[in-house]
Amino acid sequence: MAGRLDIRRYPGFAAMTVLCLTILYVPLMVVMVYSFNDSTSLTNWGGVSLRWYADLFTGVEAPRFRAAAWNSLTIAALAGTAATIIAVAAAVAMVRGGRFRGKGATFALINLPLMVPEIVTAVATLIFFSAIGLTTGYLTILIAHITFCIPFAYLPIAARLQGIEETYEQAARDLYATRGQAFRLILLPLMMPGIISGFLLAFIISLDDFIITNFVKGAGMETLPTAIFGSVKQGIKPNILALSTLMLTVSILFVTLSYFVNRLGQRSRA
Amino acid sequence: MAGLAKSGSAGTGYRSITAPLLVPTWAMIGFFLLLPVLLMVVYSFLTKEFRGGVDWTFSLAAYDQFLFSRGLFGDEPPVLEWTYITIFWRSIWQAGLATLICLIVGFPTAWFIATRPVQSRALWLFLITVPYWVNLLIRTVSLRFLLRDQGPLNDVLIGSGLLDSPLQIINTNLAVQLGLFYSYLPFMVLPIYAAVERYNFALSEAAADLYASRWTTLREIVLPVVRPGIIAGCILVFVPSLGAFLAPDLLGGAKTYMIGSLIEEQFKGSQGNWPFGAAVSVILMTLVLIVLMFYARAQARAEAR
Amino acid sequence: MDEVVAVRQVVKRFGTFTALAGVSMGIGHNQFFTLLGPSGCGKTTLLRCIAGFEDLSEGTILLEGRDIARLAPNLRPVNTVFQHYALFPHMTVAENVAFGLKMQGMALEARRKRAGEMLELVHLSAFADRQPSRLSGGQQQRVALARALAPAPKVLLLDEPLSALDLKLRQAMRVELKQLQEDTGITFIFVTHDQEEALTMSDRIAVMSAGQVQQIGSAREIYEAPVNRFVADFIGETNLLPVRVASFAGGMARVVLPGGHQLTCPAAESGPTGPPHVSIRPERLTLVPPGTGDLDATVDRLIYLGTDLQVLARLADGTALHLRLQNSARATPPGAGSPIGIVIEEGAARLLAD
Repeated sequence: MAGRLDIRRYPGFAAMTVLCLTILYVPLMVVMVYSFNDSTSLTNWGGVSLRWYADLFTGVEAPRFRAAAWNSLTIAALAGTAATIIAVAAAVAMVRGGRFRGKGATFALINLPLMVPEIVTAVATLIFFSAIGLTTGYLTILIAHITFCIPFAYLPIAARLQGIEETYEQAARDLYATRGQAFRLILLPLMMPGIISGFLLAFIISLDDFIITNFVKGAGMETLPTAIFGSVKQGIKPNILALSTLMLTVSILFVTLSYFVNRLGQRSRA
Repeated sequence: MAGLAKSGSAGTGYRSITAPLLVPTWAMIGFFLLLPVLLMVVYSFLTKEFRGGVDWTFSLAAYDQFLFSRGLFGDEPPVLEWTYITIFWRSIWQAGLATLICLIVGFPTAWFIATRPVQSRALWLFLITVPYWVNLLIRTVSLRFLLRDQGPLNDVLIGSGLLDSPLQIINTNLAVQLGLFYSYLPFMVLPIYAAVERYNFALSEAAADLYASRWTTLREIVLPVVRPGIIAGCILVFVPSLGAFLAPDLLGGAKTYMIGSLIEEQFKGSQGNWPFGAAVSVILMTLVLIVLMFYARAQARAEAR
Repeated sequence: MDEVVAVRQVVKRFGTFTALAGVSMGIGHNQFFTLLGPSGCGKTTLLRCIAGFEDLSEGTILLEGRDIARLAPNLRPVNTVFQHYALFPHMTVAENVAFGLKMQGMALEARRKRAGEMLELVHLSAFADRQPSRLSGGQQQRVALARALAPAPKVLLLDEPLSALDLKLRQAMRVELKQLQEDTGITFIFVTHDQEEALTMSDRIAVMSAGQVQQIGSAREIYEAPVNRFVADFIGETNLLPVRVASFAGGMARVVLPGGHQLTCPAAESGPTGPPHVSIRPERLTLVPPGTGDLDATVDRLIYLGTDLQVLARLADGTALHLRLQNSARATPPGAGSPIGIVIEEGAARLLAD
């Protein structure tokens, strides 16, 4: 008969998990594999080749993709930085500021971008820019990105800050440091893993955004996701598979980096 | 605390500068999200300009168009227009079904991971969330690539002799369901995982000691305790699915038209109807707010117990 | 200026809760001064007020005559050793010790030299370049001490620094801390709930309870002349006997013990404010045949403690007593249930203020 009853084991759960992971990874792996397909046809396998990656950089659509990539990367860097700085200030106020009037409202505000459905945010932002007469383009994308990246940067920063005991700053002040010195020399270095994590998160969120960007970009501007979308609407081409593989590799790399930075940060705490 | 706080000497002294620290946050989110949303509500009560913008005249035309077909029929008495209501209903239905599928697949997965040895749990979680970090657009595109009539899945099915003609998945509800599932599964797994991880297995042992079978224990003991996590997961899948755009657009077709696509269409070029788009967005947001309010109330009740 | 720190009528409220209800004390130069009391008595709050981490609701604090109550902590020449050390994890030991000096603007070479001297003082020179996380609890504590002493503060505040150490280490550190205070000549204000610690290390002790000072004095004064029941009971062990006061004048009182015998004994300066009690330490009682002493009692039980014998007894009216006798002197201890007589040593009883 069966051995002792393990109350944690349920038959079929392990199988379901494997199924789940399979469903999650198969489409991505398929795209990765076919991106190396040395054949113009999407379906027939023609051997391994990097031609579609080359096509991204030298092919007929290359300038378009290059411009889109430039936009995406610069917007992500700028929005990520701005959102991180704003999030650091907000986190210090919320976590170290004690009780103050409007704290609850601020908390709701910080979470607002996460609560509103993305398409509603997109519509509202477009309407707003149109109403104030701001032409859609790089700037409008940047502003929209900074706004919705703030909560993503805020979460790891606030989490890290909460784990730092106030006694370190008190010790610094006790030892004649001004508020600014205590922040710069003690709090900021200790917060750094959270800040880096927050920046990476904000960067990726901005890089990956489609819906909001699509609404507020106006004509003539492309980011990588909107370029991919436009291309896919006309039919999936092999170079899109290559571009997708590149982008998903970057995403995974960034997330892994963020994860390890956090782990390192945790280990360095006394 | 009575008066002597001028020097900011209490604690670490950030209390006195919370206001300036929060100005950027309020400026960005208040001005570029909160205000726009309020403006959007206003726009839903304006008149459409034929060139695609708005005319600042108060009008209920947008909501009227949503519910009634008077616009098409002229002077006849208002007749309930089912088109848009159907689209909403279909979206709710799709979102609900996607939530259910996520639950059926997600709960065992979350349970499995939460009952692994502690060191490997982080790895399993990592594996589950890594695909989520890939751009949603790319994930949807990859799903489309996989499921196309001439795609790899059909290649395998036909090539191995299981099927004669390709399985037509794109443009069906099934494809959209798969898309939604693929988009939001980790949102179901993570809250359930968190709840199961905190679950006290001694309760299951007690139940087993009292002759309950594994499945009875699951139903009677585990589920009530883990329920908050399940509800959180369902909300986190249902709400985004309701307003989803990419999955229905890239994987579905005319038969699976959902709210996201309806809204998007209103803002494309000169055929768009901004007030109508705004109105539909307002209705969507109201729907989401209602769901969230139910959730908040359920949470509060659970905590009061 | 004979006081280095003067606390004047300090009141501290947190919302509706009063942590300090009008506390006053004077702390002298080159002293090891202890704030002693149970958790929640306000001793740590007072320390934080002196350091500058809490604002005062009322009252003031003077440092060498200067009012520091409104100064930010970094403007007070006072340094703190925190309960869990708070060593900066991202700096080395030497950098930690030099931090206060850096903030004061000392040049790099001078800082390094002074930090080296301080590490020498606490015998940790070999650890200068280590990360704090790689040190044991005792070593971290010594780094915290070096760090706080490096800027040569007027007063050093120590917030239960020994509570996180195990017993042997704690006992060793008590000696080291006392030595350090004598070597540096800086006044130490030490917070603890451990009365043994307070008695062994302190020049003067302030016993606190519920936000108020109960008594300030040397270890001997606190132990032998407690003013009220709290102090008598908190420090060491004591017997509290309810008595009737026959007369009271000039620091002496004539009291009537349970059982009728009368006794003249020293009294706290203010007369008793509640039902009068005398406090008698258990080691100041001796056994005599019943009927021949100040009190008559029956033995409840005996507890053998190696060097001592503890006799738990009960008076006729039910009041419990205990005696501590040295084992060598007794021939045969009385068995449980047997009647005994008790003699109170001359001057050992003390009429309490409360």
